[in-house]
Amino acid sequence: MNAPTLPPSLIENPRLDRWIRFEADRTVRIATGKVEIGQGVVTALGQIAADELDLPLDKVAVLSGDTTAGPDELYTSSSLSIQVSGSSVRLVCAEVRAKALDRAALRLNCNPADLTVVDGVFHQNGAPTGQDYWSVAAEIDLTQNVTGSAALKPASRYKIVGHSTPRRDLPAKVSGAAYVHDTLPAGVLHARTLRQPSRGAVLASLDESAIKRAAKGDVQIVREANFVAFVSPVESVAHAAAVAAQQHAVWKNAKRIAPEEQEAAWLKGQPADDRRLGAPEPTTPPKRLVQVTVSRPYVAHASMAPSCALAEYRDGHLTVHSHGQGMHLLRKNIAAAVKMPVEAITAKHLHGAGCYGHNGADDAALDAALIALKLPGKTIRLMWRREEEFGFEPVGPAMLVTLHVDLDDKGRPADWTTEIWSATHVQRPGSNSGFLLATEAFAEPPPELEPNDPAEARGGGGTRNAVPIYDVPAHRILHHLVLKPPVRTSALRGLGALPNVYAIETMLDELAARAGEDPLAYRLSILSEPRGRRLLELVAERANWTARGPAGTGKGMGLAVARYKNSAAYAAVVAEVTVQETVTVDRVWCVADAGLVINPDGARNQLEGGIVQAISWTLKEQVKLGEHGIVSLDWDSYPILRFSEVPEIHAELVDGAGHPALGVGECSVGPTAAAVGNAVAHALGVRINDMPLTRERIMAALLKS
Amino acid sequence: MTVAFTVNGAVQSVDAPESATLLEVLRNHLGLRGTRYGCGLEQCGCCMVLVDGETSYACTREVGTVAGRAVTTIEGLGTVEAPHPLQRAFLDEQAGQCGYCLSGILISAKALLDRTPDPSRAEVIAALDKHLCRCGAHQRIIRAVERAAATLRGSAA
Ligand code: FES
Ligand code: FES
Repeated sequence: MNAPTLPPSLIENPRLDRWIRFEADRTVRIATGKVEIGQGVVTALGQIAADELDLPLDKVAVLSGDTTAGPDELYTSSSLSIQVSGSSVRLVCAEVRAKALDRAALRLNCNPADLTVVDGVFHQNGAPTGQDYWSVAAEIDLTQNVTGSAALKPASRYKIVGHSTPRRDLPAKVSGAAYVHDTLPAGVLHARTLRQPSRGAVLASLDESAIKRAAKGDVQIVREANFVAFVSPVESVAHAAAVAAQQHAVWKNAKRIAPEEQEAAWLKGQPADDRRLGAPEPTTPPKRLVQVTVSRPYVAHASMAPSCALAEYRDGHLTVHSHGQGMHLLRKNIAAAVKMPVEAITAKHLHGAGCYGHNGADDAALDAALIALKLPGKTIRLMWRREEEFGFEPVGPAMLVTLHVDLDDKGRPADWTTEIWSATHVQRPGSNSGFLLATEAFAEPPPELEPNDPAEARGGGGTRNAVPIYDVPAHRILHHLVLKPPVRTSALRGLGALPNVYAIETMLDELAARAGEDPLAYRLSILSEPRGRRLLELVAERANWTARGPAGTGKGMGLAVARYKNSAAYAAVVAEVTVQETVTVDRVWCVADAGLVINPDGARNQLEGGIVQAISWTLKEQVKLGEHGIVSLDWDSYPILRFSEVPEIHAELVDGAGHPALGVGECSVGPTAAAVGNAVAHALGVRINDMPLTRERIMAALLKS
Repeated sequence: MTVAFTVNGAVQSVDAPESATLLEVLRNHLGLRGTRYGCGLEQCGCCMVLVDGETSYACTREVGTVAGRAVTTIEGLGTVEAPHPLQRAFLDEQAGQCGYCLSGILISAKALLDRTPDPSRAEVIAALDKHLCRCGAHQRIIRAVERAAATLRGSAA
């Protein structure tokens, strides 16, 4: 018999007891390496487990992100939690259910197939047998490895999966309950840091007595080469010290950034790792070439809370609490940074504000650990300052995308080249892609790494969603991975999907206009992919697309569709806008196909969040650079979409049962940005291809037209 | 110095420098950590509290200025076991993702509904516009405030 293919999480963590445990209080504990970042994953995994075990939802507790007791599932990213962790939990639960029924059948002297499970109790002929999970739990050997051979419950029999379930963590969050920021054990010391302005910068002098005077209180200064922290029992004193330190530190050798490096246009011509993917170069010169270039600047995660972590070093063991996206990796990365064995470190997840990718969370955890190691026996609560979060979190890379499309004689794409300039989209610590920030301040910083974007098999980085969903006979990607961006770049919700989908869907509108056809009709004429087609038709119907007015009236409607990573959930979006001096998005319709949906309302919440964030990036956001780094350091200089600017949103998931479950956190982002771009072009009668679509750009476009 | 004021109905007296922020006193002296730090700059609304019924940014407000006054924080609204109608409505609408913005938003919503029991949508938006939410839960939050308003009107009638 062929062994079934197990999800990667089970291959790495095969033992059943890494995932499941029967508790004395007649509950079941499921453990996951994925963590709650506001996306509802813990609730969804609980639903999957409860359904597979035939338990009520309230009998399932979910432990997440614990290096001592839970499985290592790398980072919580790329909308993969439900796909990977969900299918692992399902397989484990099915197998444990089968083992439990085997044990019960032995006791009852019957065939396991004669038994059913009702709310965790085993029934025979419709009546309880007196046996249940907990009565046989001691006889189930959970030290065994999962085989993946147990039969899974068919989707038609799901009772909990597929139904909207309130998020389990939300009651506490509307009642003021704890994030890592709020965990203040007795005797805790507060810490803030002074950041090295850039790799290679050397702290030539630090006027410690002036800093202590300015702090107006008891403050200790902790230093490790070019890493400096201020520690005090009083939070405001530590904070004041760090603020004052900027004026009392002299740095040598800090990097200088030229003004033009701020813009995506600068990327072109920079030293890059160049490669071609897909079709070979065309052998004949183009006949009807259409070119479009779009750009997106550096953008921020801009979490509502600055990054924070707790660390304590006691009796040779370091314990860290963090809101990072992968606790096992964090533990390994801290171990490597501080040269301690991995076993001497525990990392536990506590909730934080939404991060939307790789922000400062892991870096803050190392900062806290470094301080804790210097002050054994003390609990350190390290929080970044607001300006530190904006100034030092990795940002989403700027991108420049040029499409070169050659048309056939019917005005349809015959040959398509997507040319992309971008810095790397992943510098997550570990796995040869990046470092925890403070290590660059060490006396011997780790050697610089060659940038490496995520592989195509994982959806790519700059190339994510570069392949159009449409029928294109020959498509190739020319990817210029820019080697030395002015700022640290890393994963931000959707990676390259937003600029790439924006470029593709801009091109589609351009081609439709040239052909004199409606954008919807034109798209449908070259889209044979059935799930994408269905969504386009449906979203057009919801938005009453056929009633769309003429171009250039100041009111516009735009359309876009994509399949995230070309392998995950589909989303189609229509945006309706009003453009005067600025853009107002009035209404957005989104329909998505995410296969089997575990928690429909939770999934809609994710779609809506992606829509709002994408509009914010498209209309408002740009990380501004100065001579020494990021200068957009507060919410005035880095504005995001506000209550008064958020559109009415109609988000909907089509019935995708029969298809495997796909994460939805990122699928609405690209199509939303593109639909807004197309709607603005429709409203104005001219296109703006550089994000963000600001007042200055609108005025300039109008003057040119 | 000692500052005495009422927090969620209970008289508190705190030994803190006059210039300490109300936010720090609430969180680190009184253990009321539902009021959150987001920016310290009156730009995000995470730290919003009520002082004598008016919204106030706790991140910049000096504790000396609340002496003798009544402060309300998220903990004064309700608990997980006994939620305030606003909290109940936020759960009914599943209004939130990470939830970090919600304490401040609930406080501004309370101030609005105390004054305007039947707000228009525009009034809800205006009352919340000083708050940022990075997760994009805005529409759910607006609906939740409207739902709570209806509930409160129903129970007042
Ligand atoms: S923390 Fe007070 S407004 Fe942001
Ligand atoms: S729910 Fe995360 S910031 Fe509002």
